[in-house]
Amino acid sequence: MTETSLPAPPARASRRWLRLKRDWQFLLMVGPAALLLFVFHYVPTIGNLVAFQDYNPFLGDSALGAFLQSEWVAFDNFLELFEDAAFWEAVRSTLAITLFQLVFFFPLPIALALVLHDVASARLRGFVQSVVYLPHFFSWVLVITFFVQMLGGAGLLAQLLRQQGFEPWDIMTNPDSFIVLVTAEAVWKDVGWGSIVFLAALSTIDPTLYEAAAVDGATGYRRLLHVTLPALRPVIVLLLILRLGDALSVGFEQYLLQREAVGRQAAEVLDTYVYHQAILPQQWGIGAAAGLFKAVVGLVLIVAANKLAHALGEQGVYSKS
Amino acid sequence: MTERAEILTEASATVRVARRAVRPAWQEAPSTPAVFAKSALLTLVVLMVLLPMWSILVTSFASRQTINLTGGMVVIPRELDLSAYVTILSGGQVTRALGVSFLVTLVGTAVSLVLTVLAAYGLSRPSTIGHRPLLFYFLVTFLIYPGLVPSYLVVSGLGLKDSLWSLILPNAISVFNLVVLRSFFMGIPSELFDSARIDGANEWAVLFRIVLPLSRAVLGVVGLFYAVGYWNAYFNALLYIDDNELWPIQRVLQSYILAGQAPQLSGMSLPGFNAYPPTLAVKMAVVVVTVLPAVIIYPFVQKNFTKGMLVGAVKG
Repeated sequence: MTETSLPAPPARASRRWLRLKRDWQFLLMVGPAALLLFVFHYVPTIGNLVAFQDYNPFLGDSALGAFLQSEWVAFDNFLELFEDAAFWEAVRSTLAITLFQLVFFFPLPIALALVLHDVASARLRGFVQSVVYLPHFFSWVLVITFFVQMLGGAGLLAQLLRQQGFEPWDIMTNPDSFIVLVTAEAVWKDVGWGSIVFLAALSTIDPTLYEAAAVDGATGYRRLLHVTLPALRPVIVLLLILRLGDALSVGFEQYLLQREAVGRQAAEVLDTYVYHQAILPQQWGIGAAAGLFKAVVGLVLIVAANKLAHALGEQGVYSKS
Repeated sequence: MTERAEILTEASATVRVARRAVRPAWQEAPSTPAVFAKSALLTLVVLMVLLPMWSILVTSFASRQTINLTGGMVVIPRELDLSAYVTILSGGQVTRALGVSFLVTLVGTAVSLVLTVLAAYGLSRPSTIGHRPLLFYFLVTFLIYPGLVPSYLVVSGLGLKDSLWSLILPNAISVFNLVVLRSFFMGIPSELFDSARIDGANEWAVLFRIVLPLSRAVLGVVGLFYAVGYWNAYFNALLYIDDNELWPIQRVLQSYILAGQAPQLSGMSLPGFNAYPPTLAVKMAVVVVTVLPAVIIYPFVQKNFTKGMLVGAVKG
C-alpha cells in the first residue's frame, strides 16, 4: 500500500464509492481478460462436476441444459475408472516417464548452463545460446518430424548405416526404447530453454565468493561444490517442486502423435488415456473423473512438496505470508 | 634497437594482461583435455540442432536424381530446385493451411497482446480498489487446471466447433505472460506517471503514451510467446476443427508426414518447374515453411529473453 502514486482517497463514509470513481478505468482494463478466464477456465473448473454425473449431451437444448438435467451418480464414474486396468497402466507409465526424466533430463539444463557460463567469449556463448534456444519454439509435430527424418526407418541415420552395410533398427517405432526416445526429444527441444533460468542464477553469484574460496585453496571442483551449487539450490528446489506437482502430466501432444507408431501399450499416458477413453468415445463422466483425479493428486503433490521444502529450510514456490 | 624491443615486450605484456582480464587472476588455467572436452561438447550440441535443420532444408531443394542417389535425406546440396515449393504454394491444402495459420496467428496475437497488456496495467497498482482479490483471481489459475473434458464441453457448448475462434479464445490469456508484463509495468518509476496525470492525462493516455513506449522489448518477447503458441497450435485443431478446409498448418503437417496421408495439392506447375517434384522434397518443403516464421522472427526477440524470463521468475 505504500507504493501508491495516486491521490489519497478521502476518509470516511463514501470512501469505497470515491475509490471506485477514481479507479474504474483500471477495472475496465482488467475486465475483458477476467471474462475470458471466467469462461474458459473457471466455468470448466466448475464443469468438473460432470465427473459425478451420467452426463448426457442430448438432454436439454444446450450444454448447460444437458448439465442441469443429467443424472447425478455420486462416485460411480470413479469406481468404474479405478476398475479399468488401462487407467492404472497409463498412471504407471506416466509416473515411470516422470521418474526417468527426473534422472536423465532434469540435470542436463544445469550442466549446460555450467558449461556455457564457463565460456569466456561472449560472442561464442551468444551464438550457442541462440542455437540451443531455437527448438523450444518448434511445435511437437515439427520436433517429431525432425526425429523421424533423422532417426526413423527412412531417416538420415538409417541411410548411413545401410550404406556402411549395417542393418538399421527403427527407434521411432520400438515400444521398448520409447521412454528413451521421448526423453531424447524433450531434451532436444528444451534443454537450451531450461538452461536460461540457471544461467541467470549463475550470473547473480558474487565473484568475490569465488575469489575468497580460491584464496583459501579451493580448487575448481571445490568451488563448484561449495559456491556454485549452493547458489543454484533455491532454483533447483523450486523447479523440482513444480515438476513434482506436474508428476502426472508428462506432455500430451508428444505422446498422442507417436501413439500410432509405437502402439498404445508404450505411449498411453494419463492425458492421452483421457483423450482416447473419454473424448473420442464420448464417455464424458469417466473422462472428467480421470481429469479431476489428476488435478487433485497434482494439487496434493505440490502442497506436500512445498511443505517439504519449507521443512528443509528452502523457500519453495509460495510462502505463508 | 633496445627501445623497440622494450616497446615490444610492453605490447606483449598488455596483451597478456588483456587476456588474463577475461579469466580472473585466482582462477587456474583450464587443462588442455578440459578445453577440448568443452569445445567438443558445445560443437556437438550446436550440430544436433543445426544438422537436422540443414538436411531438411537441402532435401527440400533437391531433385529426384539427387534423392535417388543418396537414398533419401540429402546433406550436401547439389542444386536449388524450387519445384517442391511451387507445388505446395500454388494452391491446395498446404497453401490454404498456411493462410489459416497466418490468420489465426495474427488475429490471436493481437487479441492476446491487447487484453494481456490492459489487464497487466490494470493490475499494476496495488492501491487500486479490489486489487488483491483480482490478482488472486488471476494467479489461482496457475494451481488449478480445469481438465480436458470440461474444457471441451464448454468450447463445443458455445458453438465454437469448426470455428477458428476455438483456436484463439480458449488460450487467449496466458497468466504467465500477464505476470511478466505486470512486473515490468510495476518497475517503471511512478514519477513518470505522476507528471502526466498532473498534466491531465487519464489512465489510457498514461498507458499508451508512457508505459507502452517504454516496454517495447518485453512486449516483443510476450508477443513472440503468443505468436509461437498460435502458430504451433495442433491439439486444439484436432479437438475442435473437423473441417479440413480450416485446418492450420500443424494439423496438415501431422496428417501428411506422420500419418502419411497425401494432401490435395494443386497439381499446377509454373513454366520451368517440375510438375511432379519428388515426394520427399515436397514433404521437406512443408516442414521448411512450417519452421520458417519462427526462425525469421526469433533473432529479433532473442536477446530480450533472459530479461523477460527473469522479470517473471523473480516477481511472479
